[in-house]
Amino acid sequence: MNFPILSIITFLPIVAAVIMLMVPAQRKNEVRAIALGTAVIDLVLSAWVYIGYLRGNMIGYQFIEHYNWLPALGISLYFGVDGISAPLVLLTGIVMFTGVLISWGDDDPHIMAGIQDRPREFFAFLFILAWGVFGVFVSLDLFMLFFFYEIAVFPMYLLIAIWGWAQTREYAAMKLTLYLFIGSVVSLVGVLAMYWVAGQNTGIYTFDMLQMEKAGFSPIFQYIWFLPVFLGFAVLGGIWPFHNWSPDGHVAAPTAVSMFHAGVLMKLGAFAALRVGIMLLPEGAKQWSWLIMLFAGVAVVYGAYIAFVQTDMKYMIGFSSVSHMGLVMLGLSTLNHDGLLGAGVQMFSHGVMTALFFAVAGMIYDRAHTRQIPELGGMSKAMPFAALGFIIGGLVSMGMPGFSGFVAEFPIFMGVWRVQWLVAVIASISIIITAAYILLVIRRVFFNPMPEKLEGHIVDVTVLDKVAIGTLCFFMILIGIIPSVMVPMMETGVKYILNILYPGGI
Amino acid sequence: MNFVSSHILSQILFVPTIAAVVMLALPSRNAQVYRWFALIASLVPLVLAVILWTNFDSNKSGFQFEENYVWYEAIHSSLHLGVDGISLPMVLLTTLLTPLAILASFTVSDRVKVYMMLFLFLETGMLGVFMSLDLLIFFVFWEIGLVPMYFLINQWGSANRNYASLKFMIYTMGGSLGLLLGIQMLGVLFGTYDLVALSSRWNSLDPGSVLLGMPVYTVKAIAFWAFVIAFAIKVPVWPFHTWLPDAHTEAPTGGSMILAGVLLKLGAYGFLRLVLPFYPDEAKAFAGALAFLAVAAIVFGAFASFAQSDFKRLVAYSSVNHMGFVILGIAAAALASGTTDAHIAMNGVVLQMFNHGLSAAGMFFLVGVIYERTHTRNLDEFGGLFPLVPIYGSILIFTSMASLGLPGLNGFVSEFLVVRGSYPVLTIYTAISMLGLLFTGAYILKGIKSVLHGPLNEHWAHGEHTLTEMNAREIFVMIPLMALMLAIGIWPAWILDVINKAVVALF
Repeated sequence: MNFPILSIITFLPIVAAVIMLMVPAQRKNEVRAIALGTAVIDLVLSAWVYIGYLRGNMIGYQFIEHYNWLPALGISLYFGVDGISAPLVLLTGIVMFTGVLISWGDDDPHIMAGIQDRPREFFAFLFILAWGVFGVFVSLDLFMLFFFYEIAVFPMYLLIAIWGWAQTREYAAMKLTLYLFIGSVVSLVGVLAMYWVAGQNTGIYTFDMLQMEKAGFSPIFQYIWFLPVFLGFAVLGGIWPFHNWSPDGHVAAPTAVSMFHAGVLMKLGAFAALRVGIMLLPEGAKQWSWLIMLFAGVAVVYGAYIAFVQTDMKYMIGFSSVSHMGLVMLGLSTLNHDGLLGAGVQMFSHGVMTALFFAVAGMIYDRAHTRQIPELGGMSKAMPFAALGFIIGGLVSMGMPGFSGFVAEFPIFMGVWRVQWLVAVIASISIIITAAYILLVIRRVFFNPMPEKLEGHIVDVTVLDKVAIGTLCFFMILIGIIPSVMVPMMETGVKYILNILYPGGI
Repeated sequence: MNFVSSHILSQILFVPTIAAVVMLALPSRNAQVYRWFALIASLVPLVLAVILWTNFDSNKSGFQFEENYVWYEAIHSSLHLGVDGISLPMVLLTTLLTPLAILASFTVSDRVKVYMMLFLFLETGMLGVFMSLDLLIFFVFWEIGLVPMYFLINQWGSANRNYASLKFMIYTMGGSLGLLLGIQMLGVLFGTYDLVALSSRWNSLDPGSVLLGMPVYTVKAIAFWAFVIAFAIKVPVWPFHTWLPDAHTEAPTGGSMILAGVLLKLGAYGFLRLVLPFYPDEAKAFAGALAFLAVAAIVFGAFASFAQSDFKRLVAYSSVNHMGFVILGIAAAALASGTTDAHIAMNGVVLQMFNHGLSAAGMFFLVGVIYERTHTRNLDEFGGLFPLVPIYGSILIFTSMASLGLPGLNGFVSEFLVVRGSYPVLTIYTAISMLGLLFTGAYILKGIKSVLHGPLNEHWAHGEHTLTEMNAREIFVMIPLMALMLAIGIWPAWILDVINKAVVALF
């Protein structure tokens, strides 16, 4: 246990980013090789952590590391994973690995896939982003969690504004950054309030979250501060009505960044809202859960409906993410075993699924130079493997049994039943809407006859793309068929949260 | 007990899926390899199902060959399999029709590998519904079956396939939404999805208590309708049937055979396995409404069928008509539960499900045979074909007569049992449905007449359009179906013995 595996996972990307920036800019392939090597190491290590947790006794936080950082203020580099964060670390490893594969690029001038323009800087910023994401998932220190959270937001601006879709990138990057900064400033105020009050209550001023859980915040304090803290973080989770930045950001971002954005960054918001909002302010959570449930319920149905009417593939996927992240928030708002369990699995499942969606959408855009669904067609013949991947992703999105989406959504709905059956009934409408738009987009993009304009221009995806698609599909099918590779682990995390929420038992 | 006999259900269930995955890995470019591989792979479950049938003890009530595996422990769902006298005939039907449908699809030449894989996945989905003794697993397989069928219609169907496949999918998913919510409610209320445990607890609920803020009676009524609508769409019961003619007509021949032969039975099976045992009181209270819908299906189905000029659509509407008898029997059994009438009706229902599976699959195949040769399904363009294709003509007449309910063939036995069981409790409805039977005769004879008799359409007699006789493969598809039709018609006891014990125990 002395091997500092979590620090290595977290800091490897930033080290790699620095090394890449020292490589001469014209040596693109060396930069790509460094990026891929780093991503593979991080994937293997995060899988190691995951399997280690699964095969261990699965109790509480494991792989703990503790280094003093600023002892005078009670800040330390305090790392550890539990049953909820370990899958998210693995998810980040998966998205990082596949994101690098997708961005590898092809020098064939007809395709122009991947990142051709300044790959060195692109990968460096992408890895700074990954550094921040890993940091949030493993931090047990509130200050450090916040620190990494901000680090994850900042490179998004540059990645979108420089490598994004030329038509909207400035607007989207600015909108995204402003939204997220406002959200995090609001949470920061709450975090500082918690720090002071916990210090006054216990006499020890610390950002150690395990200590702060026992700080004994008064109910009034929790009622007041829960909403700002939870919603401030949940903005990044795309919670309605603060979701507006998210689809714009998805559309403008380059493919790998969209994958990161929808795949892990939105989970960051939900995870921080859970870790800080619900776990540190449990009484506040109980008080306000109805409002979160309302917001989430609206997001689920409204997001699905808006996705249904989109004609741009990426906007469609972006709004479907709002709908699916609404399910995560819905699960969190139930504050019971089933709902929290489902929310945890849904975070992983949606992360993998939406990364796959954006990857395939990016591959299509690189070749067809349009994302307008009516202008596409016939892709199943030109790129059959990508079509298969998109169909599997679509089935996950529809909550089809046998795939991870069902394993996640079913307990969420069960959890909602226990709280308010009407919300479960209304939210379930989204399943039909999702099925309709997924089937329509699959048919139009992949099976309709190919427009003459595109005939002959569409070449098949590369081997690297196929590896990425295969990796993502593998996890969705594995969890769908054998839920016990993930669920028991999530359950230990959920039980920990339930102990905090209901100290006297339910 | 060796491995084969102790895990026979899971082997029947998963052999097709494993075969499909193996097929994915086969590198061959030769379509013939995939055709034969799929056929042989689908014969394995058939052989196992025959072994299952012979080892089944029809004197015992309750489930046999039970298997239980951990699946989703956190929400108390397990892979619990088992068969009784109701599900065993359905398992046999599914394992029989799948290889026949695959054999019938040997003429498919477009993307054979994917086509055959979808069929094998479909088989697992259907078998899972019939075997599962866990509500969540039931739902899992119920939904899984949809996906291959959607793609079979959408990719290999005829002209209007996009519309038909989406309609099929959205209708069924819309229906299963209610099923999903109902299942979740049961799971939340009782903390288990196991059918056996669930039904006893559910029925022993105190009617005066309050669930989810509503009286138990209201909750049960809502859940009852949620289940009924889901299954009614699948059966389909009038007025939820409108997806059926489109889907059946547009699907490729093999797909239509499975769709009519097995998928419709899933809905009826849901009524038998879930609705009647779980909601006996509600079923009794609403049996009149159900009987009304059943009679509407019988009469309107027959009329609609008579009015078609498309041969395949005619056969499709005949499914609405025939499945109406299944629903009529269910309504009668719900009303008279516990009496001999109910048992007779129920025997008829299960047998009718099996019989309709045979005859509908046969009819769709025969429509496919002639469509492949003439590229038309328009009845007006046929006529007098019997002298050209006597074997085809004889087989078509034989199958039509089984479908019509000619004594001596299978349809008569089951329809008689249903009507005999229903008559004492639902006299008027049964009487009207008997009149509906008249129109069944009318549309079937119309179909035969337009295709085989009357003046010969010379177009098919000469030159490049000359109609050719059925080949050996096609005849081979029909032989098992016709043999079973005859076997049930002249000596139904062998199958009714299996059904009866379970029916008496359950209803």
